[in-house]
Amino acid sequence: MNFSLTKEQEFVRKMVRDFAETEVEPLAADIDAEHRFPEETVEKMAQYGLLGVPFPTQYGGAGGDHISYAITVEELSKKCASTGVICSAHTSLCCWPIFNWGTEEQRQKYLPDLLSGKKLGAFGLTEPNAGTDASGQQTRAEDCGDYWLLNGAKVFITNGGYADVFVVMAMTDKSKGNHGISAFIVEKGDEGFSIGKTEDKMGICASSTTELIFQNCKIPKDRLLAEIGEGFKVAMSTLDGGRIGIASQALGIAQGALDVTVEYMKARKQFGKSLSKFQALQFVVAELATQIEAARLLVYRAADMKDKHLPYGPAAAMAKYFAAETAMHVTTKCVQLHGGYGYTKDYPVERMMRDAKITEIYEGTTEVQKMVIAASVLGK
Amino acid sequence: MAFNIIVCAKQVPDTNVIKINPKTGTLIRDGVPSILNNDDANALEQALQIKDKFDDVHVTVITMGPPQANDLLFECIAKGADEGILVSDRAVGGSDTWATSNTLEAAVKKWVKENGDYDLIFTGRQAIDGDTAQVGPQLAEKLGLPQVSYVEEFEIADDRKTVTVKRQLEDGYELIEVALPCLLTTIKELNTPRYMTISGIYGEKEMKTWNAKDIEVDLTKVGLEASPTNVFRSFTPAPKQPGVKIEGDTEKEQAKNLLIKLKGKHVI
Repeated sequence: MNFSLTKEQEFVRKMVRDFAETEVEPLAADIDAEHRFPEETVEKMAQYGLLGVPFPTQYGGAGGDHISYAITVEELSKKCASTGVICSAHTSLCCWPIFNWGTEEQRQKYLPDLLSGKKLGAFGLTEPNAGTDASGQQTRAEDCGDYWLLNGAKVFITNGGYADVFVVMAMTDKSKGNHGISAFIVEKGDEGFSIGKTEDKMGICASSTTELIFQNCKIPKDRLLAEIGEGFKVAMSTLDGGRIGIASQALGIAQGALDVTVEYMKARKQFGKSLSKFQALQFVVAELATQIEAARLLVYRAADMKDKHLPYGPAAAMAKYFAAETAMHVTTKCVQLHGGYGYTKDYPVERMMRDAKITEIYEGTTEVQKMVIAASVLGK
Repeated sequence: MAFNIIVCAKQVPDTNVIKINPKTGTLIRDGVPSILNNDDANALEQALQIKDKFDDVHVTVITMGPPQANDLLFECIAKGADEGILVSDRAVGGSDTWATSNTLEAAVKKWVKENGDYDLIFTGRQAIDGDTAQVGPQLAEKLGLPQVSYVEEFEIADDRKTVTVKRQLEDGYELIEVALPCLLTTIKELNTPRYMTISGIYGEKEMKTWNAKDIEVDLTKVGLEASPTNVFRSFTPAPKQPGVKIEGDTEKEQAKNLLIKLKGKHVI
């Protein structure tokens, strides 16, 4: 057992921390208020390799591992959870399935542009009537000989409005249920493919969450990802990894909220002394710091298992479940520790509390994580 | 032939975190993170910008320090430098600026022996722990190079035979054209240092360590004993009292209020 980060992982933390303090933090409040996708930050993230952290250099990746990827999302999310999820959705939900399930041709065609950040990725599984019940896919893909014809719609797609490459699930044989779902690569500009409504959300307001609409969308035959009928497997394995990303985002939100709260408590005086001198409040800080550290260990362990090619699904579910609840709990307490100021937009904890909530919902709700965990403990 | 740039850099304690022990007057270094000296980061950045512009540029970072200064080389290479050399030996420990520049001179000469001539040397203006701004100029003198200190703007000619630099002065600037090879010391106004890249962090790194014997330095000219200067005392200056604003609706009234205050303090 080794609880130390490697030198490379330490330097990734240092680099992303510097980057987040200089490039991300100054924009966070404004892009949240304006609901503006930070294109300029994404461009800089691309330049420094933050959009291809855990992939080999042969495909244009940075050659890092999943712990350094988790650290990247964590450090970004400490300052801005929207920026964190842009990186996470791109990396875990689009690059990874193409890397893991794609043919060599598909990898060569898509990964260099995605991993270098020239192109941004997204993932489409959720539909109006297929959320937690992902098997209820109504988007259809029809084999038309020379091409696939897609019809249907996806909702709540992170990066939707700014992505160039989409990994999309569609039903190819309804009679087979989950085994009738297949995965496809759709490109921005494909005939019959358009972006629908952009959601107006409670939190992560600077991330782009949209509908994807397929109306007689024609895509070439070579866009099928994995085999016909393997879409559900592609989606579930992708979400297992995605959960490490979202758990890292939750971890970052929690740590970021505690960091600013500790500063606030040292500066804020009531009854003639700093808030940090009151033992009742010190105990709250102790509790929050411990929960965050526990979440961190779960997150890094899941990432480490992924790096070691061990089965990591239940570990990722535990990490995501625990880190998300920690983020919600910590940010709620941090608003409380700020008192009235914490409820205003003058202090970042207000945004962090709104941002934290989504981590309990997307890429599998907390309830779904518990289903995954229970199944691994009790047997299916 | 490659265009060779040497950057001399120093690992220093992060002064945002550091404190001075009020009793002993020494720096409390325990638990203080070490960083690439600020001005040296600008020096490296300038070298890397030249490397961005031309295909055949080779950037070598040389540092003197304890083994953990390898982290500095790691960082510089992760930003884009080609190789890093650590000069580390107990014999050079405790060196002042004179002894340090003797060590660096020997290291540069060894580098030349192995690699051929260099075209440019960059150093930061000064280190945030010592604030002397002497090592760069001393190194230039010892290597017999033209030098320009406090460089805030830099332009290299297309033929790479000269550079034109703007040298910051307290009350203005000098615009200087200088023939290569030369040594330039850089200040923060020169550029904004880039971050490391993730692929740079994970990439292979050419790093080596040289000891005093490797660089064939005269041992009577390095280290604490050989240093002609030493630290007499370090202290935190007491914070100055805040100033007082003399107010009044008219100039006459302001003058009157000033007089009252001065008389009250028995100054006049």
